[in-house]
Amino acid sequence: MELLEFARGPALMFSITVFIAGVLFRIFSLLFMWRTKDTSAAHPGQKPEIMAALSDILRRMWPLATYRQRSLFQWINGYVFHIGLFIVVFFLLPHILFINDLTGLSWGHLPNNLVYAISIVTLISLIAALIMRASNPPQRLISTFDDYFSWLVTFLPVLSGIVATMHIGARYETLLALHILSVCLLLIYIPFGKLMHFFLVFITRGQTGAHIAHRRRTTVLKGE
Amino acid sequence: MADNNRNSQLHGKPVSRTLGEALAERGVSRRSFLKFASYTASILALPPTAATAIAEGLATARRQSVIWLSFQECTGCTESITRASSPSIEDLIFDFISLDYHHTLQNAAGDAAEHARMQAMEENKGEYLVVVDGSIPAGNNGYSTIAGMSNVEMFEETAEHAKAVIAVGTCAAFGGIPAARPNPTGAVPVSELTDKPVINISGCPPIPEAMTGTIAYLLSFAGIPELDHLGRPQAFFGEAIHDRCYRRPFYEKGMFAKSFDDQGARQGWCLYEVGCKGPVTYNACATLKWNQGVSFPIQSGHGCLGCSEPGFWDFGGFYKPLATGKDDTLKYAAGAAVAGAAIGAASAVSVRSKRKKLLEANAAPQAIKEEAE
Ligand code: SF4
Repeated sequence: MELLEFARGPALMFSITVFIAGVLFRIFSLLFMWRTKDTSAAHPGQKPEIMAALSDILRRMWPLATYRQRSLFQWINGYVFHIGLFIVVFFLLPHILFINDLTGLSWGHLPNNLVYAISIVTLISLIAALIMRASNPPQRLISTFDDYFSWLVTFLPVLSGIVATMHIGARYETLLALHILSVCLLLIYIPFGKLMHFFLVFITRGQTGAHIAHRRRTTVLKGE
Repeated sequence: MADNNRNSQLHGKPVSRTLGEALAERGVSRRSFLKFASYTASILALPPTAATAIAEGLATARRQSVIWLSFQECTGCTESITRASSPSIEDLIFDFISLDYHHTLQNAAGDAAEHARMQAMEENKGEYLVVVDGSIPAGNNGYSTIAGMSNVEMFEETAEHAKAVIAVGTCAAFGGIPAARPNPTGAVPVSELTDKPVINISGCPPIPEAMTGTIAYLLSFAGIPELDHLGRPQAFFGEAIHDRCYRRPFYEKGMFAKSFDDQGARQGWCLYEVGCKGPVTYNACATLKWNQGVSFPIQSGHGCLGCSEPGFWDFGGFYKPLATGKDDTLKYAAGAAVAGAAIGAASAVSVRSKRKKLLEANAAPQAIKEEAE
């Protein structure tokens, strides 16, 4: 109970404070960042920047034909755990109550049992993602601490949430406290590592798309 | 009748007969005695065979001297233990113990009452049980005194030669309401003031059978029952309310009452959303229930308050769902947002101006220009 008190109280307050400050720090420093003007001539007939950005965001939702065969499972797996995480985080009643308490927002929830099932699929999918990363030499080569740590802080809340729900290993309040603490760790880490893609994914993708379109790389990419 | 009996025992005369003899004299049949023993075994979650051991243990036991000390409390625990007097199980318990000192139940008053306590302590040195309800103010001895003695003093004096201490109620066990923030009296649980074995029977108030059952166990087995990590008997505090709650299927299905008078509440759906603390509360309410098994809070339509857990009063609101943070979770959020945004923008701007200066100093090519945005 004391651990739960700590988790629901000071730990949560601290991590949410860091999370908000960190995310806004990242976004604002990005918005006001020095940007070098691209003075090269634009590709003739280039789409307006915004369109190029949007089309790249869409296109990157699915692998190019060249890579499709080799990476299809990884892509699908990526979708599985992203969608799984989304459902578990935003459609389990206790989570909605948590968000509602902080923000006043509320929406419909899914039956707990269904969310439990989805969380197990998500957990397996996350493990598969790690195994694939670690067993593929080129991927291992380009993986940094950030990649593994991001995985860990995502994995822990899912695992502790499932364990808490199933009451495995310890008393519920201890497991719930560990679950909340793991979420605190996640919140603290989000702004400072690759998990920031939660906020930036479409911004960075759009930027890349616009940039590539301007540099006439579109022709290469169209050859898919 | 029963009351007369009780009163006569409150004068603190230690009885040397065995309980078996005493009960036979009072006309308690062996059959009803065995019935009591098997009931005790069942509420203690012991196998049926233990009933015989309990009966034998009790029959040969001597009446146990009990000194009941009441400190910062509301008398709810005493109310609870006395209300469960039917069907005479507690009468039997009152036959088994000699309640030598108890503010509410004893006849004696003033000096005579204190004399009864001293006498019981002398005559049963090392053998008597001390039951405490209420927390003890350790901050300032003047906050609560009895017969001119501070609670700390009286407890320490009484516990010194006790066999064991039973902390009855959440105040005695964990500090309870007096110890709730800001704890003006510096209230502490009894376990902090003694190195004697302490059994905590928490609850606000505790279930009567948890109190009487534990005492019966102590008498029958002359030992302390298995306790959880908070010093509470496993038999009563081994399971979470949530795990034995009859509304649990609704929890699993995601069917929750959203207020106390909506359709869900009328249909008996789970009370999680209206603040039920059943998932983190360990007690026997859902199984033993109250008032001879009539009902318990959740059955009556109110979520569990978590009253048998340490710090329940400060747990962040009885009607706040367990999944939510404390009220001050967002205390620094606005400041954090402003600070984060400001530092982010300022750091970007400072990098910009440094870079600009650097470029100017090095007569950078005109082509690279800062894009003012
Ligand atoms: S009413 Fe409370 S104890 Fe019962 S299932 Fe719902 S949350 Fe659990």
